[in-house]
Amino acid sequence: MIMPLIKGLQITLSHLFKKPVTLQYPDERPQIAPGFRGLHALKVSHENAKCVACYLCPTVCPAKCITVEAGEDANHNKFAAKYEIDMLRCIFCGYCVEACPVDALKMTEEFELANYKRADFTFTKDRLLEKK
Amino acid sequence: METLILGLPVAYYIAMVAKVLVAFVFVLLTVAYATYAERKIIGHMQVRLGPMRTGWHGLLQPIADGVKLFFKEEIIPSEASKFAFLVAPLVALIPAFISFAVIPFGAPVSIGGYTVPMQIAAYYDQAGQQIFDINVGVLYILAMAGLGVYGIVLAGWSSNSKYSLLGGLRSAAQMVSYELAAGLAIVSVFMLSESLSLHKIVADQAGGIWNWYAFKQPLACVIFFICSIAEINRTPFDLPEAETELVSGFCTEYSSMKYAMFFMAEYANMVTVCAVTTTLFLGGWHGPFLPGWMWFIAKVYALIFLCMWIRATYPRYRYDQLMRLGWKVFLPLTLLNVVATGIVATLVK
Repeated sequence: MIMPLIKGLQITLSHLFKKPVTLQYPDERPQIAPGFRGLHALKVSHENAKCVACYLCPTVCPAKCITVEAGEDANHNKFAAKYEIDMLRCIFCGYCVEACPVDALKMTEEFELANYKRADFTFTKDRLLEKK
Repeated sequence: METLILGLPVAYYIAMVAKVLVAFVFVLLTVAYATYAERKIIGHMQVRLGPMRTGWHGLLQPIADGVKLFFKEEIIPSEASKFAFLVAPLVALIPAFISFAVIPFGAPVSIGGYTVPMQIAAYYDQAGQQIFDINVGVLYILAMAGLGVYGIVLAGWSSNSKYSLLGGLRSAAQMVSYELAAGLAIVSVFMLSESLSLHKIVADQAGGIWNWYAFKQPLACVIFFICSIAEINRTPFDLPEAETELVSGFCTEYSSMKYAMFFMAEYANMVTVCAVTTTLFLGGWHGPFLPGWMWFIAKVYALIFLCMWIRATYPRYRYDQLMRLGWKVFLPLTLLNVVATGIVATLVK
């Protein structure tokens, strides 16, 4: 009856000398695992978004958070005139990245997406463009 | 001829006030930093860090907590019986502190021809070359421990809330059950010391670690410490404020400074209990090399650490287990211990 009690005390005492696992978050940054699905980014090639507005991403999106509108540029090529992701609906499943046939979309390591206004959670094309 | 007040020299009164101030401030600071130490120690035992952001490694946390509680809104429930509700925190807090009056916390010091015993309620008789203190010091401590229950029961009763009432009643039942075993554990100590004066009990334990009553009465020592933890409602015996069942028990309806008083009472009780255990079983202030008060503080802090260690380790007792442990295990054991001590003491004589 007494031995388990002593063993319990031993275990807690041994933990006292272990290195704490706490991450002092705003001061220390977490190590982000490979394949982490954070905020989306539209890839850029020749100073334009690679997106060809094929509508595969809004089609595959289970949360229905992507809005795409196609436009036509000077060379009669299709491009995304409007590309918006509603981050309040997005579930960060990454299906849009998988579905993209031209590899125009990726997910970054950014995860601090808090905002003050509801409207600020709608990420427009300008905000989504890959930052170099 | 020096001036005498009530038959005692003026220096006696000055020394008394100084001792009261030093002891009180010391206990208050210990209480404040016991909360910090508890959070830190339990944090590290759970491989966390504990408070880190207020000051260097969270050192200002107790002060920040105090300021926060002081400025919180004072809430008195409209159905509460107001007088008892206001008085209860004081009734809980004061006995926790005044137990310190009889605890010897160091070797007597000579200042300007006067010998000052390091015990608040004691004086040195110059003519008889002898220290006099309250000759029923142990009884006084037991009485103060008994008074502390009233604060909690009163708080539970006057809050007019079912959780508070249940918490108060639980604590009354628990304290009464464990006070018996704790009292009987002390009985076996003063069967050896043949005195209830704490000064005499400490003096008997002088001269080496094997003279400590912890080694002459190991069973009584362990049972007294466990019963004391139960009496001050600390984990694993914190049923009066079991948050999973009773929200937070007797202090559910309390807020602001009145809550802080209960909180302080809880920690002051812990300090007192550790000091009493040190005095009765661990040789008080006796120890080699270092001055007496340092040994006293070291022993008390070691016991406080033990309390926190226990809190980090064991889950809460169930109510029936708690009662069984008190009445069916500790009480018979202490009774047997008293009988055995009596037989051995008579035979040795």
